[in-house]
Amino acid sequence: MSETELEGIVESPWSGGASPFAINSKKLGMWLFIVSDSLTFSALLVSYAYVRLENPNWPRPFEIWPAIAKSSFMTFVLLSSSLTMVLGVNAAFKGDRKKTVRYLIATMICGLAFVLIHATEWMTLFSEGVTPWSNPWGTPLFGGTFFGLTGLHMLHVTIGVAYLGIIAWGFGKGKYTADHVEVSGLYWHFVDLVWMFIFPMVYLLSVNPK
Amino acid sequence: MSAHGNAELTHEHPVGSTKLFAWVWMWLLLLTAVEVFLAYERIEVHLMITMLVGLSLIKSALIMSYFMHLRFERLGLFLLLVPAMVFCICMMLIMFFPDSIRLMNLRPH
Repeated sequence: MSETELEGIVESPWSGGASPFAINSKKLGMWLFIVSDSLTFSALLVSYAYVRLENPNWPRPFEIWPAIAKSSFMTFVLLSSSLTMVLGVNAAFKGDRKKTVRYLIATMICGLAFVLIHATEWMTLFSEGVTPWSNPWGTPLFGGTFFGLTGLHMLHVTIGVAYLGIIAWGFGKGKYTADHVEVSGLYWHFVDLVWMFIFPMVYLLSVNPK
Repeated sequence: MSAHGNAELTHEHPVGSTKLFAWVWMWLLLLTAVEVFLAYERIEVHLMITMLVGLSLIKSALIMSYFMHLRFERLGLFLLLVPAMVFCICMMLIMFFPDSIRLMNLRPH
């Protein structure tokens, strides 16, 4: 497609133009996936809110130290990984391949740190006898909602780290373009965005009230 | 948000400066700190839920507008994605609120 042809399409999106949003198809696809995935998480959060409301003696086991401090640090790590990601996208559009790969690796390290800290937290809960179907404080659904929500989010982070690894490898070799980096960035920021809801709803609202 | 020419279509130029993104990051950290402070103070639970949801919505708007570049895209993309998503979430809440309000009134305080 020649440049003038492309320009014509961009300027007349509603007269049969092929590109009404002026973005590439990969990006539109990722955005549509993000909308549908956000509804998955919304459904989980709403059902969590519902079962929590149905059970008056819902456990609130988290102490400020260490549980809330730990999850606050995890939030910090994830937010910082979003910053390195967005700077990586900028570097990619400037054509600086080396810098982009470095930023992507920094993002992956933050993502891995998040998963590892999260895993140690799960191990602590397991040792306290909290499982998806039982816990020492009554109301077994607590474990179901907690591990369901944080587990699905953790799965997203893990997939994201692998995804970024592939993109960093391909972009470093010149196989992928800056558009690929931007689309992987959209996914990564979405994972960060979901945590912005899970952290207050699951952790901060379950602070021990004493 | 008017687009002219090829540059805008392929995003040849990076959108947003390092300084801008650093500012957004600091705001997100600040809002998170406010949330943690609310939990630390153990404020009254209804007020706490309202404030936490409000702060989370502000944070997600910041992430979507700046980190996810939605502010730099055409308005059409925003109109395609966000209203539909909000509508679907509201449909879920239609099931949730009547019951939650009823239960809150039934429960002795």
